[in-house]
Amino acid sequence: MKASSLPQARVDVLIVGGGGAGLRAALEIAEARPHLSVGLVSKVYPMRSHTVAAEGGAAGVRSPDDSFAAHFADTVAGGDWLCDQSVVEHFVERAPAELALLERWGCPWSRRSDGEVDIRRFGGMSRARTWFAADKTGFHLLHTLFQRSLRYPQIRRFDEHFLLDLLTDSGAVVGALAYDHREGLPLHLSAGAVILATGGAARVFAQNTNATIVTGEGMSMAMRAGATLRDLEFVQYHPTGLPGSGILISEAARGEGGVLLNSAGHRYLADYGLGPITEPGHPLAKHMELGPRDRLSQAFWHEQQAGRTIATPDGDVVHLDLRHLGRARLRQRLPLICELARSYVGIDPLKAPIPVAPSAHYTMGGVRTDLTTSTGVPGLYAAGEVASSGLHGANRLGSNSLAELLVFGREAGRQAALHAEAVGSPTTATTAATAAQADHLAAHYLGMRGAGSEPAAEIRRELGRTMADHLGIFRDEAGLQHAVDKLAELKRRYAAVRVTDTCPVYNTEWAEAIELGGMLDLAQVMAAGALARRESRGAHQRLDHPERDDHGFLRHTLATTGPDGPRLGYEDVTITTSAPAARTYGAPA
Amino acid sequence: MSACTGCADRTPPPTNLGKATLRVFRYRPGGLVNGWHDTFEVPYGTNTSVIDALQWIKEHLDPTLAFRASCRMGICGSCGLMIEGRPRLACETFVRTLGSQATIEPLANFAVERDLVVDKQPFLDALRSVRPWVVGDDGTRAAEPGQPAEPAQSVEPGRQTPPQLMKYQDFAQCINCLLCYAACPQAGFERGFLGPAATATAMRYNRDSRDHGAGKRLEVLDTDEGIWPCTFVGACSQVCPKGVDPAAAIQMAKLIAAGRWAKDMVSHG
Repeated sequence: MKASSLPQARVDVLIVGGGGAGLRAALEIAEARPHLSVGLVSKVYPMRSHTVAAEGGAAGVRSPDDSFAAHFADTVAGGDWLCDQSVVEHFVERAPAELALLERWGCPWSRRSDGEVDIRRFGGMSRARTWFAADKTGFHLLHTLFQRSLRYPQIRRFDEHFLLDLLTDSGAVVGALAYDHREGLPLHLSAGAVILATGGAARVFAQNTNATIVTGEGMSMAMRAGATLRDLEFVQYHPTGLPGSGILISEAARGEGGVLLNSAGHRYLADYGLGPITEPGHPLAKHMELGPRDRLSQAFWHEQQAGRTIATPDGDVVHLDLRHLGRARLRQRLPLICELARSYVGIDPLKAPIPVAPSAHYTMGGVRTDLTTSTGVPGLYAAGEVASSGLHGANRLGSNSLAELLVFGREAGRQAALHAEAVGSPTTATTAATAAQADHLAAHYLGMRGAGSEPAAEIRRELGRTMADHLGIFRDEAGLQHAVDKLAELKRRYAAVRVTDTCPVYNTEWAEAIELGGMLDLAQVMAAGALARRESRGAHQRLDHPERDDHGFLRHTLATTGPDGPRLGYEDVTITTSAPAARTYGAPA
Repeated sequence: MSACTGCADRTPPPTNLGKATLRVFRYRPGGLVNGWHDTFEVPYGTNTSVIDALQWIKEHLDPTLAFRASCRMGICGSCGLMIEGRPRLACETFVRTLGSQATIEPLANFAVERDLVVDKQPFLDALRSVRPWVVGDDGTRAAEPGQPAEPAQSVEPGRQTPPQLMKYQDFAQCINCLLCYAACPQAGFERGFLGPAATATAMRYNRDSRDHGAGKRLEVLDTDEGIWPCTFVGACSQVCPKGVDPAAAIQMAKLIAAGRWAKDMVSHG
């Protein structure tokens, strides 16, 4: 059989995505298995990855009055009992050591006066346990990991390489087809194991907090390779994005004592079971502004319905008031928030409240993984937001995801390395079959250039609106059915998507069109799962089914590729010690 | 029924201030010309950034326009451009603040790959050369690249007082946007000049109480290509969007290097 006509490279472990999870996996392999070669593919430069935009902090038990049991209980209740409890146990026990390791690696954690790492309060957490580096925690974490990765020559980077698809042989993942933007050439990467660390998919929503790169292709490509997606209907709306842009105003602003006000200047969260009203600047765990994100975004929606939000040219908002925190605290603890408010809405938080509105933020669901980060497809692992590890359930608690990147990124590195060592070098037959597959895929994707009639920008705009209008904070059957129909129409139009640009280098029109195809696939899974889930749980709220239904839906939604869109299934949630109960925030009624 | 209160793809923008004219640099690799400018009319509002405007052009006027962007909030460092001749972050620069005919060009002092996209690899090489990682007791046994390391199973976080943190904190704010290289009069001419951001990162680690790598880094800094080409114009610090002050980092490095010379003179002289 003829070898592939494409340029090729071989690595032991291929990591797709250079954010927190991907870099942590790469470092684990480089340090624990230094004889293995690592390929790190990023469609940007790794330090541009969206981990950079995480602000508030990373959760890990630290103070003497805290415990793994408390972190576990907060996470499971925060997730509305859709968390896999064995995974939560595994996570809370390992998070502190990972955060401590980051300290050794140079992460500039904020400190107490005695030099100990400081911690702050966060929403839904019963104790202060969020490690932070001012309000640029993700930025510092990412640069610490990236810069450390530079010391290991066995980590071979493929910067600004866009991943087109995974390559499989007999049901196992054996590599990937990438495209080198700078050279303008496809590249056949073969590997003993592949780790997906490509992040989430909240860009499918019109107004979101995410970078433009957060388009979820790791999820869609895993599904095409035979992996199962799970719980994709659970999308978190962060309660405090800037109007219009959706730019994130960290939960740390509330952790430090910021308060939310409606158009009458009233602390409206007290009317939604989160009270009694706390003193401004003195936040109380699990009360008021430190309730979980799903509850806060839902309260905004109710205020909006009642006409108690504030109209702006960029939509309705409420006010996040930080004035009482004072200049020193704002400068020391929330410098980025102050910069963002000044740059993007012209507000000095010391002098005026910041206008904020809920914005799509985080995909709790993703590629189904187990405790070993295995996707069930041999050779394919996933970690970080791309994965549905079972940690977040129906609603993620703020600051659990940065710690998740480290705990599960490391695990993915370890497991993928073991797998790569076990499978060894590919056989000649595998190589030939995969090369043919790579050639075929490359021809397909390259053939999109200079072809088609449907404008991608229009499809993308309609996709964003559809998701925001019908899969927002509250959903119902009619809206979801409309979304399902609309997405099918968009998908038909996408089959003839137009790519004008035929230039081989930095053809971003083409890359964005390919991203859009994956986004439509994921949107269909989100809509189908939301339509079928006739209950309200965490971030999935149905106006027509307002109660949680543990009898019918204490189950994960599964989705695989079917002939006409996603095929749904269900699996039980792993419960170890915490039986489903009512979520309680604020003082007991 | 949606709580979405706005839309990222707003056409026209909600607060319409009229139309701006942007002159945008274009370049195709392998072409017969060295580049040209295209002129586009773009609707803008109060919050329209240069990145929003470029995206609008791409979606409505010319889908082949190539540029880098990602976070939209001044933290990822992707979108540095020459805007009206000055290096700036396009996501933090608003169209309303520009002149009636603003020129948008790729970052100066880097080779252009296509349109507004430049080759940033020289910076990544410079960054790696200054060993931008904690050298010393960092929770692993490895000291040098390529050597086997054993990750500690469980480590306790060390102490660092707020004054110790403040010694390097400003230098740790670098987002690698490379505006400082575009502003530097030396960066375009001196092959191998480490330049402002890489030197600031070297000093970030040198001044970190956890690090013991200053000696090794000095070998890289104190060379003809390292810090010495800097003529202390200070343009790098003026254009830094994050207040890093790389010019100060370079001066600190020069003082340390000069101190080492003096010491060598005494001990060998």
